[in-house]
Amino acid sequence: MAEASARVPVEKTYKIYIGGKFPRTESGRYFLLQDPKGAVIANICRGSRKDFRNAVVAARGAFAGWSAATAYLRGQILYRIAEMLEGRHDQFVAELVLQGVSKRKAKKEVDATVDRLIYYAGWADKYQQVFSSVNPVNSSHFNFSVLEPTGVVSMLVPDDSGLLGLVSNIAPAIVGGNTCVVLASESMPLCAISFAEVLHASDVPAGVVNILTGFREELTTQFASHMDVNAVVFCDSEVGVAKSIHIEAADNMKRVISRVDTRWTDDSAQSPYFVRDTQETKTTWHPIGG
Amino acid sequence: MESQANKLAFNDGWQYAPAPESTDHIRIDEKYDLFIGGEFVAPEEGRYFETINPANEKTLSSVALANEADIDRAVKAARKAYNGPWSKMKASERGKYIFRIARMLQERAREFATIETLDGGKPIRESRDIDIPLAAAHFFYYAGWADKLAYAFPGRDTRSLGVAAQIIPWNFPLLMASWKIAPALACGNTVVLKPAETTPLTAMKLAELIQDAGLPPGVVNIVTGAGATGATMVNHPDVDKIAFTGSTSVGRIIRKSLAGTNKKYTLELGGKAANVIFEDAAIDQAVEGIINGIFFNQGHVCCAGSRLLVQESVADEVIDKLRERMETLIIGDPMDKNTDIGAINSAEQLETIQSYLKIGQDEGAEMYQSSCDVPGSGYWCRPTIFTGVSQSNRIVQEEIFGPVLAIQTFRTLEEGLTKANNTPYGLSGGVWTDKGAKIFKMTQSMRAGVIWANTFNKFDPTSPFGGYKESGVGREGGLHGLDAYVKVEV
Amino acid sequence: MSVIALPIASALPDLKRITPVDEVGVNERVARFQTRSIKKESKIEALKTVLSMIDLTTLEGQDTPGKVRQLCQKAIHLHDSLPDLPHVAAVCVYPTMVGIARAALGDRGINVASVATAFPSGMSSRKIKLEETRTAVEEGADEIDMVISRGAFLQGDYHFVFDEIAAVKEACGDAHLKVILETGELGTLDHVRRASVLAMHAGADFIKTSTGKIQPAATMPVTFVMLKAIKDFYQETGRMVGMKPAGGISAAKLAVHYLVMLRETLGNAWMTPEWFRFGASSLANDVLMQLQKQATGVYQSADYFSKD
Repeated sequence: MAEASARVPVEKTYKIYIGGKFPRTESGRYFLLQDPKGAVIANICRGSRKDFRNAVVAARGAFAGWSAATAYLRGQILYRIAEMLEGRHDQFVAELVLQGVSKRKAKKEVDATVDRLIYYAGWADKYQQVFSSVNPVNSSHFNFSVLEPTGVVSMLVPDDSGLLGLVSNIAPAIVGGNTCVVLASESMPLCAISFAEVLHASDVPAGVVNILTGFREELTTQFASHMDVNAVVFCDSEVGVAKSIHIEAADNMKRVISRVDTRWTDDSAQSPYFVRDTQETKTTWHPIGG
Repeated sequence: MESQANKLAFNDGWQYAPAPESTDHIRIDEKYDLFIGGEFVAPEEGRYFETINPANEKTLSSVALANEADIDRAVKAARKAYNGPWSKMKASERGKYIFRIARMLQERAREFATIETLDGGKPIRESRDIDIPLAAAHFFYYAGWADKLAYAFPGRDTRSLGVAAQIIPWNFPLLMASWKIAPALACGNTVVLKPAETTPLTAMKLAELIQDAGLPPGVVNIVTGAGATGATMVNHPDVDKIAFTGSTSVGRIIRKSLAGTNKKYTLELGGKAANVIFEDAAIDQAVEGIINGIFFNQGHVCCAGSRLLVQESVADEVIDKLRERMETLIIGDPMDKNTDIGAINSAEQLETIQSYLKIGQDEGAEMYQSSCDVPGSGYWCRPTIFTGVSQSNRIVQEEIFGPVLAIQTFRTLEEGLTKANNTPYGLSGGVWTDKGAKIFKMTQSMRAGVIWANTFNKFDPTSPFGGYKESGVGREGGLHGLDAYVKVEV
Repeated sequence: MSVIALPIASALPDLKRITPVDEVGVNERVARFQTRSIKKESKIEALKTVLSMIDLTTLEGQDTPGKVRQLCQKAIHLHDSLPDLPHVAAVCVYPTMVGIARAALGDRGINVASVATAFPSGMSSRKIKLEETRTAVEEGADEIDMVISRGAFLQGDYHFVFDEIAAVKEACGDAHLKVILETGELGTLDHVRRASVLAMHAGADFIKTSTGKIQPAATMPVTFVMLKAIKDFYQETGRMVGMKPAGGISAAKLAVHYLVMLRETLGNAWMTPEWFRFGASSLANDVLMQLQKQATGVYQSADYFSKD
């Protein structure tokens, strides 16, 4: 269909996102992403366990700073991500279409994703007020419980919702001060990498979100077993895989959050309870005296 | 040092005469059956095991050894009660039953305290002033939640889970039973509870109390046995929720066996808490906090302050004062009202503690024990501190669950904080400083579920308790403790 | 009594660097002392020890020689029907009554203690305070109970307070000096601790909580903080300092808990009248009633114990 005089388009190289950089997988492997008709769309990095290990190091390194950032700042940054995404609206629609989503649905999905980011940006300085408590203990002490981020969260995001499913999991984790390592949708990985570019342009500190592409089958065990990961989120693993995630996660008492059967386009897929999933309750006591 | 020359003497002169709590007011049966469906029933196999007084090794009673069929019977009774009266009962009425348990516990407090001490070895002062009053307070607190759950989960409906299987440890037997049973019932669940095999008696007395309180049969079932009985409970297919307090290693096994099921779980596991003393702390109160942190309940406390981190500029002073204070601790007959430190709970636990004393010395640490005498029979361990240890020592890394303190020093806040957090555990921590900003810096940065600032080892029904990292999953106590016993609807 | 060289005042330490005191922690520790159960022979021993530590006190504007003589009679004859009773440590009076008390007590081993330094407020010139001290000593006082200048202390003029104590100490000569901090006016336990350290460094032989004219007077938490200060001072300097809670201790049971606190804080060396006193007017009879009850097994009535 190209005319003789048409310009040759420049194709994008989709690389993974670790510690605020876009390296290729250290393994040098790739897999082909094809459109529904079988045409090659892109070479996708087939991330390895070492990539995952590097990503966890980056996430751990970013945790102290991000978790100590003020709620106001985190809210500002979430909002900035939404702004950046809105600005690249058409690109994301095009990528979704390229991966087989209808134009109408793609447009809706990008809209919903921007709105979801705005939704969580608004929660940044409020979920704490909803879920914390002052506890009236029966002694001369001031006692209060607050939420603190669980730590480094590994995420196996939905396969069938390449952008909205991705962001619906990342946003509540990072708005709560966690850092994360995400394994993008295997069948629709493009938006995840483009979203990394959005993050990169949105004042999100390096290492707060790290995004890998690759094979579920190869990486799920790593995501569940890594001893320096504090929580693992999974969204569409079959029963057998879910069971193995629970078993692997037990070794360092990782929190396991199952979001199987969530309808990502639905309003029920957003709530402060999603933020709370990757929070710990800390209770502090102090005497009251002169 | 001058202070070495000016030692105080505590051991001669005026002494306290024995002041034993009397036992004429209590009743312990020779044998306890299983409490299932509101009745005491014999175990299917007819097997029983003895429970002893660890302070003199004398047998107190025998309790039933529940097997798989017994557990099945208990779960069925719980399911029936759940389907039947309990989940359908008006929440405010359910609350009134729980209030009733609280009041009856207060009325029978002295008997419970006495039996707790006989069966577990903890000082009567602690069971009288801490364990039993707190247990009653827990029931009282959660009773009030029963008809107010809508206010605990903003924007969401909740529903009860069903049958909760609850497995509790031997360090705070009745208190842990109340931590488990009270919120479970308040949220509309029914319960099968298993006390630890070395401390079953107050749970059986609680069964009697619950029977007397007229709770619908099967709402609370209490079964006795050892680890295998607990495993059977965990693996029973008709259980909806597992609540476990115990070691991290057993917690891991439980989680692995729950994998692939939809059972909800909360786990309260081990700890190796750092108690961090800064040079500007109220030193005398800090020393008292160290004592309370590690020697409370013979150190059989998952949140014990078993790692002391003391700033170098005050280390000598703190350690001198600590040794001196240790000399005034009274160790011995747990039934004596003046006893500060009672018996180690079991021969097995004593062996574990002693193995760590050997490990500590073999690793080159300097051991110091108070000079008190200990009784001839029973299981005892003198209050012990180790100095000259580092993060690399096993006695710094591993939970000992005894009256053994590992002391390290630090120079700067950052160093103290790094050492405090350098552990797979995250249950609790302590910080002592007179400077407000530093308190918040430390309490925010220590990765643990409960932080005591200028105090230690405080508990309250309104105060959530539970760990980060390998110290567990979920919270017990307070508003946050309700979460463990409800399903939050989407 | 042999005259020993008295330790002179050392330099005033930087009171701002004194370790802070946490009130809640102190209260918790004190509550633990009060859970001690003192029974049988240990109770009898404690009650007798309490008796021996009492400074039987009358400090009223209406005091007369007659009243003081009656009090001395009580000091000598506590309750003659009970055998083997110790005598109280001292009779404590105003300076004008020292001579009367001295004559009434003779040399039975019961000391005469006199308040001085414009007791209870201390609001007078140093000249008058020193003169009053010397007069009381000349009249025969074995012990002087002075008050510190709380106003100066609270406004941070520690040197003034320090120098005043040192000067009174010098004026005491061989008499023992008890320094009343009037803790009820100091406001916080941190101040109690600082004032204790100040007084000991200035040469106090005893530190004492209260005049009895201000509420709260002696409390266990305040006394505990002072005992801790004494302990640290001893370990730092090797010098023992005595402790006297005064005012508000009228029940034998409470007094026994003070002894528990003393024993577990300073140890046996302090468990004598030489190092610990109770300033009290009605404590003795309650202790006597308890002793009588221990001896007979029968609960007692106040009507059977003389009130002087």
